Amino acid sequence: MSISHLDPGRPRELSLPEKVWSINWGLVLLVSLLACVGFGTLYSAANGNWDPWASKQIVRYGVALAVMLVCAVVDLKFWYRSAYWIYGIAFLLLVAVEVRGAIGMGAQRWIDLGVIQLQPSEIMKVAAVLVLARYFHNIGIDEIGRPQLLIVPALLVLVPAALVMKQPDLGTALMLVLGGGVMFFLAGVRIWKFAILIVGGGAGAPLAWRFLKPYQKARLVSFLDPESDPQGTGYHSLQSKIAIGSGGPTGKGFLEGTQSHLNFLPEKQTDFIFTMLAEEWGLVGGLALLALYTLVIVYGYAIAFRSRSHFGRLLALGITVNLFLYVFINTAMVMGLIPVVGVPLPLVSYGGTAMLTVMYGFGLLMSVYVHRDARIGRPGDNEG
Amino acid sequence: MQQKKDNRRVKLLTRRAVLVAGGQGVLLALLAGRLYQLQIVEQDKYATLADEQRINLRLLAPPRGRIVDRFGVPLATNRQNYRVSLIADQVANVNATLDAVAVLIPVSDSDRRRVLREIKRKHSFVPIAIRENVSWDDMARIEVNTPDLVGVSVEQGLTRDYPLGDMASHVIGYVAPVAEKELTGDPLLELPDFRIGKNGVEKQHDLELRGNAGTAQVEVNAYGRVMREISRDEGSPGKQIALTIDAEIQEFAAQRCIAEGSVACVVMDAPTGDVLAMASVPGYDPAAFSAGLTNAQWNALLQDQLNPLSNKCVSGTYAPGSTFKPMVALAALANGISPDTRVTCPGHFQLGNSVWHCWKPQGHGTLDMHGGIMHSCDVYFYEMARRLGIDKFAEVAKRFGLGATLGIDIPGEKAGLIPTRDWKLATFGIPWQPGENISCGIGQSYVTSTPLQLATMVARLVTGKRIVPRLTRAAGVMRADQPLVEPAFEAMGVPQKDLNVVLGGMNSVVNEQGGTAYMARIKDPAMAMGGKSGTAQVRHITAAEHEHGVRKARQVPWIERDHALFVSFAPVSAPRYVCAVVVEHGGESAGGGSAVAAPICADILVELQKRDPARRVPDARVAADRLSTRS
Repeated sequence: MSISHLDPGRPRELSLPEKVWSINWGLVLLVSLLACVGFGTLYSAANGNWDPWASKQIVRYGVALAVMLVCAVVDLKFWYRSAYWIYGIAFLLLVAVEVRGAIGMGAQRWIDLGVIQLQPSEIMKVAAVLVLARYFHNIGIDEIGRPQLLIVPALLVLVPAALVMKQPDLGTALMLVLGGGVMFFLAGVRIWKFAILIVGGGAGAPLAWRFLKPYQKARLVSFLDPESDPQGTGYHSLQSKIAIGSGGPTGKGFLEGTQSHLNFLPEKQTDFIFTMLAEEWGLVGGLALLALYTLVIVYGYAIAFRSRSHFGRLLALGITVNLFLYVFINTAMVMGLIPVVGVPLPLVSYGGTAMLTVMYGFGLLMSVYVHRDARIGRPGDNEG
Repeated sequence: MQQKKDNRRVKLLTRRAVLVAGGQGVLLALLAGRLYQLQIVEQDKYATLADEQRINLRLLAPPRGRIVDRFGVPLATNRQNYRVSLIADQVANVNATLDAVAVLIPVSDSDRRRVLREIKRKHSFVPIAIRENVSWDDMARIEVNTPDLVGVSVEQGLTRDYPLGDMASHVIGYVAPVAEKELTGDPLLELPDFRIGKNGVEKQHDLELRGNAGTAQVEVNAYGRVMREISRDEGSPGKQIALTIDAEIQEFAAQRCIAEGSVACVVMDAPTGDVLAMASVPGYDPAAFSAGLTNAQWNALLQDQLNPLSNKCVSGTYAPGSTFKPMVALAALANGISPDTRVTCPGHFQLGNSVWHCWKPQGHGTLDMHGGIMHSCDVYFYEMARRLGIDKFAEVAKRFGLGATLGIDIPGEKAGLIPTRDWKLATFGIPWQPGENISCGIGQSYVTSTPLQLATMVARLVTGKRIVPRLTRAAGVMRADQPLVEPAFEAMGVPQKDLNVVLGGMNSVVNEQGGTAYMARIKDPAMAMGGKSGTAQVRHITAAEHEHGVRKARQVPWIERDHALFVSFAPVSAPRYVCAVVVEHGGESAGGGSAVAAPICADILVELQKRDPARRVPDARVAADRLSTRS
């Protein structure tokens, strides 16, 4: 799995048709397949209607696909150069949500741009990966041991995470911190430093408890003891488990999911869409969807290892890990493995911003693939 | 140098990426394992939980059995009714929707207020009735416009319908919502719209009429709204109950009686004991009970002095007055007193220091038993009663059905009273006084009976058999192709010649000039009736009144006037039909029952003989016609 660095020549710039040709179309197909699973499930969620969800989702996917393809052919160096700008814009938007956020779903998460309700925290997930990839690209293997060099990237993750937490959006904050942590790990930060952090975090947990919102506390309590209040906070989790479990090995059939169609299952078109799929398609369908995601992740790793730039590798791995975190947190949540947190299932859940940012992430991933042979210099490098 | 560093960095990244990938692989396996646990290992548990949540068992009220007359004419049926209702959570603006409905069907302000009130009280998915009992046309107008009336629907229900209305209310009874104390634990009774029989045949045969509840498994959504039906067990509808009543005669009798105020009338087919009509007027509207009475309606019924709530035919106990005299006559004959025994009536009768008056102050002169019955001479029967003593004629009266319930299958039957020496001692602790024989001998004093008992008495007189009245036909509806089966009743054991003396006297009461009911006779000889009039004192007549003349009836308040009675049978030549009538406070004249009650009997008996419901089944087409016009 080592990467060849023997080619000394500077690769020439690719023309646009060459770039388009070199896009990883297998990955595009996989991503589209996942989106189609989403369309079908949304069609079922609306009791066999394209409206109100599936049709809008298809339009959004069309737009997002275009965004992805454009991002794919944009030079990786451009992404490298504009990493701080993109992060800066995402950060400003996040602050703007705090300042004049519209109320949605009981949490201030949206900026209404008229055309689309923008969720800056979703953008931040990609922006953070982008900015950390650039930062660590520029830190040499010898410098990574210096703790003072870790302060800036730590702030780049923790400040937006704190803002998201304040919204309050525990799920996204968790994803930011975990995704950032994995970037630190991949960059080569010593494992004992993570150990200290985890131990310290464990000790600080009681303190953190005090900062949780009442509904977040309730979710944690209901996760630990789901039978305590089946009509209250444990309701979502229990209903989700009932729906999945009653699906059995082969499911109840398309459009036949009783628990979701009878509204026992809440949020069946967004965060709990996996539940609905697993109810209607059973273990077979659930595993098939997980397999699709696994394939996409494998692609992500392959792209990372094919890249000749450290920035590209970190970016590809960061985006892949982020996708995995989305999938894992969402499915683990609906199966009652972790408390209920608001994380959508990428490409499948109904929602504009998540779709757009996930596809933007894939666009960056593909840009890494298209420009796999590009070299990106570091300050002090002769490559400039 | 730089190359080396890069190589080290790539190796570190690769190592770490493999570690991360390994971690992801473990977590993905965990997800797959969890999915396996939920969907394979614990599938049964969650499938059961899912079904428990979404499937509700609902009880289906069985359609109540019909009550029909002897020929199948419906007396109580279920009418499909249409109800326009609104489901609040499907309606954007309740007032606008009500306005839209009001364009199509009448919606009053009180309807509107009620709907708005109920919306606040009930679950938003529960249908709320805008209007009940909507006509077919109105229903159709709503149905046609349903696309524009989101949340408005037409629902079907069954209401109990009584084609004869208040003319048979006491026999049929009524159904009404179940009261708290009537709950037995049977969940059927707890259904919101369920009605049970509260009176009459509806109450007596309630369990048969009710049928067995069905069940439906319905799927409900998270808010409890029914989404679809999964399975259905219809249960079994209630049984049809066929009565001995002839709806046409019942209607005729009730209409004939209503003009006279408060009247009880029992019409029987003597050989079978079939009650052909049982009219207690005024009646009430049985359908109103099913819908639910207002307090004002209920109080009006309770306070009405014509007593519409009581079935006077079985619950009203009246002094039989002179209609009792045939019993005394039969007792006399049975005790060796010859029918030729003559008694002279000077207009009064003396025993010890007490004086009893004959209804005819100037006296009847000398009479034998036939004359005594024909002229209803009180003195003749005072003398008979004196000779016999109470126990002798009480025994005959009891054998003819007085003083005890007859077991008619309708609630509220009273026993009346035939006193005996033992009874008085046991009840009051005082021995029987000889003077008491005298007033009991003309059916006054302690003697009381119900109109049903009087009709039965006459049925036993004319047949010589121990006829038991019945209201329901176990064999079902009469059919032209089925032979008439007359139930076998045991003989009374009274010699026919004795019965003939009494029946002859009753013939003369009506058909011989000078008889007390001669004015009411049926002039067609083939249909002629025999009968006996009676007057039941409601108020004790004081000595002073005898002295100064009894006040004219019109001077007496209605409630204090005597009851007028008449018992009758027809045709005289071969008696078949029996009719007993009590007109409460109808004793206007000295003739008592002859003036008011006898003409009612005559009219009913003429109608009966023309129709002959005991032996003739009406043309099926005619019956079908009647059916369609009534229901």
